[in-house]
Amino acid sequence: MSESSSAKEAEGTAVETAPKVVEKLIPIYVMGRRYEVPEGFTIMKAMEYTGYKFIRGAGCRGGVCGACPTVYRKAGDYKIYTGLACQTVVEPDMYLTQIPFYPANRAQYKLEELEPAPEEIFKLYPEIFRCVACNSCTKVCPMKIPVMDAISYLKQGNIPKAAELAYDCIQCGLCTSRCLGELPQYHIFQLTKRIYGAKIAPSSDHLREAAEAIKSGKYEEALKELMNTDDEEMRKLYREREMEPWETGEDWRPKETKYL
Amino acid sequence: MPYPEELKRYIKKVEETRPQRIEKRKRGEEFPFMSAEQREEMLKYHPDYREEGRREIKAGASKGYAIAHEFADLLEARSRVDPDQVDLSQVDFETDVLIIGGGGAGTAAALLAQEQGAKVILATKLRHGDANTMMAEGGVQAASKLEKDSPYYHYLDVMGGGHFKNDPELVHTLVTEAPDLLRWLESLGVMFSKSAGGRLETMHGGGTSRKRMHYAADITGAEIMRALRDEARNRSPDIKVLEFAPAVELILNENGHCAGALLYNLETEEYFIVKAKATVLATGGSGRLHVQGFPTTNHYGATADGIVLGYRAGVKLKFLHTIQYHPTCVIFPEQIEGLLITERFRGAGADVLNVDGEKFVNEREPRDVESGAFIKECLVKEKGVPTPTGKLGVWVDSPMIDILQGEGTVRKDFVGKWKVYDRQGIDISKEPMLVYPGLHYQNGGLENNSACETSVPGLFIAGEVTGGVHGENRLMGNSLLDVHVFGRIAGKNAAIYAKEKAKEGKLTLEHVKAYHKELEKAGIVTDRVAPMLLPDYTNPEVRKRQLTAHYVGTLR
Repeated sequence: MSESSSAKEAEGTAVETAPKVVEKLIPIYVMGRRYEVPEGFTIMKAMEYTGYKFIRGAGCRGGVCGACPTVYRKAGDYKIYTGLACQTVVEPDMYLTQIPFYPANRAQYKLEELEPAPEEIFKLYPEIFRCVACNSCTKVCPMKIPVMDAISYLKQGNIPKAAELAYDCIQCGLCTSRCLGELPQYHIFQLTKRIYGAKIAPSSDHLREAAEAIKSGKYEEALKELMNTDDEEMRKLYREREMEPWETGEDWRPKETKYL
Repeated sequence: MPYPEELKRYIKKVEETRPQRIEKRKRGEEFPFMSAEQREEMLKYHPDYREEGRREIKAGASKGYAIAHEFADLLEARSRVDPDQVDLSQVDFETDVLIIGGGGAGTAAALLAQEQGAKVILATKLRHGDANTMMAEGGVQAASKLEKDSPYYHYLDVMGGGHFKNDPELVHTLVTEAPDLLRWLESLGVMFSKSAGGRLETMHGGGTSRKRMHYAADITGAEIMRALRDEARNRSPDIKVLEFAPAVELILNENGHCAGALLYNLETEEYFIVKAKATVLATGGSGRLHVQGFPTTNHYGATADGIVLGYRAGVKLKFLHTIQYHPTCVIFPEQIEGLLITERFRGAGADVLNVDGEKFVNEREPRDVESGAFIKECLVKEKGVPTPTGKLGVWVDSPMIDILQGEGTVRKDFVGKWKVYDRQGIDISKEPMLVYPGLHYQNGGLENNSACETSVPGLFIAGEVTGGVHGENRLMGNSLLDVHVFGRIAGKNAAIYAKEKAKEGKLTLEHVKAYHKELEKAGIVTDRVAPMLLPDYTNPEVRKRQLTAHYVGTLR
């Protein structure tokens, strides 16, 4: 790469959260103490900007791990707001704190011994019937999961529907922190999803067949041959390999069948 | 924040060219793939090929090997502890198998080790599961549809992606274990995307000759990680998890075997000694080193700790000179900068476009070539889309997916991303995404064989910390595969080793002292310590005021 383009590259990219010229600062209150932070930062970046170094309360920084649930209020507003610190943008006069850990009851079980029946879930989590349908869980969910509806479906015995609604639950625990009935919703969902995935969803028999075919040694000779192919020949094989077209469906078949 | 007016003007250009591009898609017309020579040429724009970005390391088993300065800085650094201060006769935890790392590889290893009857301790720096595995979106490659695919083609694709430099034995294991891995994950209750008949959905990824990417919507890694973590919790107390307890050194014994590790309680700042008959190092990657100043898609703890630990214990490095830059990381809005946009968007029909709304590269080139093409388009051809934050990017035209596959497809198949953008006030089924390459995966790492053994008896390694299986460039869908296939093998073999081969002996940190001496001999005078454990994003203005002369603890 030429020198000039390298220099441009250095400008064109920047380390995440690298400080830069800040156009506008806004006040936020971290656990009650006032700081000024750049507008447009996420809560996580804003707290780091003020000098906090996270041990707990930071994980993937991409909104999927559930490590950084945050609770906040706005000045003059009675409502409790929630969000993920790595995803929520700071607003002026936000009063915030993080809840990096919230204790919750988790039942231990052996998946292989469970029947795909809702009674198994009720046995492990009898508190599910303590739900008073207040909907606080749904209101605080940063993933916009209809938490209470999913619990209601479970109570009616509908595991597939509950598993579908709770599919992208990140287990941050905010629902549990607000639950009047003291339910550990996210643990209940994980159990539900695993029962569904292992025992109710149609099983993928082609996986078993493929695993067995490979185990039988069917492909060993072809693979050993490839492993001993010289570099030039490998490049040729690679270049000339048959490509499944982008727009085909499940019915596409290759012309070359020798290595199938 | 929603796209500002200045960007909406550029989005207009994307919308203008869209109908034509849709027609081409429908006709099956592709932007031509590059020839081998054109790909080589394009790689010159890839950051790995910048000589000024790396230097030869001056000490250790791979002395003289040129790697990124950020890695060299960590390897040319001292231990966090004075080895003479550690009383190795006071063992705090004793176990059959110690696993360092709580991501996919470590957790799979824990499960398999426990199944062999081993008592397991899993030590992890953050919470169990807060790992790159959790963030992997795209899917898992496996030749599971044998009427059109086989391990033969998977092998060929892996080698081609890795520039034919990969370790053949490792690749053989990777591709032949793949369908069985998926079967295992399904039996643990992972909800993969599948048809009513049970056939798993598959799609293309960059560099695949067959559609063999299996997925769980666009949160494949999270779906797997949560199921594995849940299963590990079910196996307590056989599997004991220590969170916020990173390892800072491996401990050897007088026979030269690995015999555990020194753990650090991040909160109380105490060090603890774990004695183990076998140890699995599965600490993951290194995006948070921000090599060459690039943003990263990695989780908060991806700081190459395992590289430092293994290297000090004498394990060689392999392919660490190559890093995978994921071509499509969000470059704007800034709040989600570095966020990974899975290749599946491109596999599902989204074009990659420059500032004129025109295609300039096939969207399914191998990742390194694709990244090189983006960098060239932005910096050399000056056809990048300028962001309000002063950066450059290219478009991923996600609205095409709804047009090609029916309204609601983006919302359903990419639910994770859709929600993240929705929070910013952007509907990606209507507006495209602005991306640029970012640090994504550590292609190389410590050397192992297909049994996950290293040159140190009793030390097994698996996952992103290792090097060899991906050669110089990993294909999409082979990381979730790699970490779990080799995690399982490492766990099983570590447990068998603990049962049959482990030889007791006096614990020692002599290797750390020897490493310090070697650094001194090489003329490296430094107060750097490693592993880094966590990156520091404190505002420099604040740092200037952090004037404590001597910390009583050791955290900062």
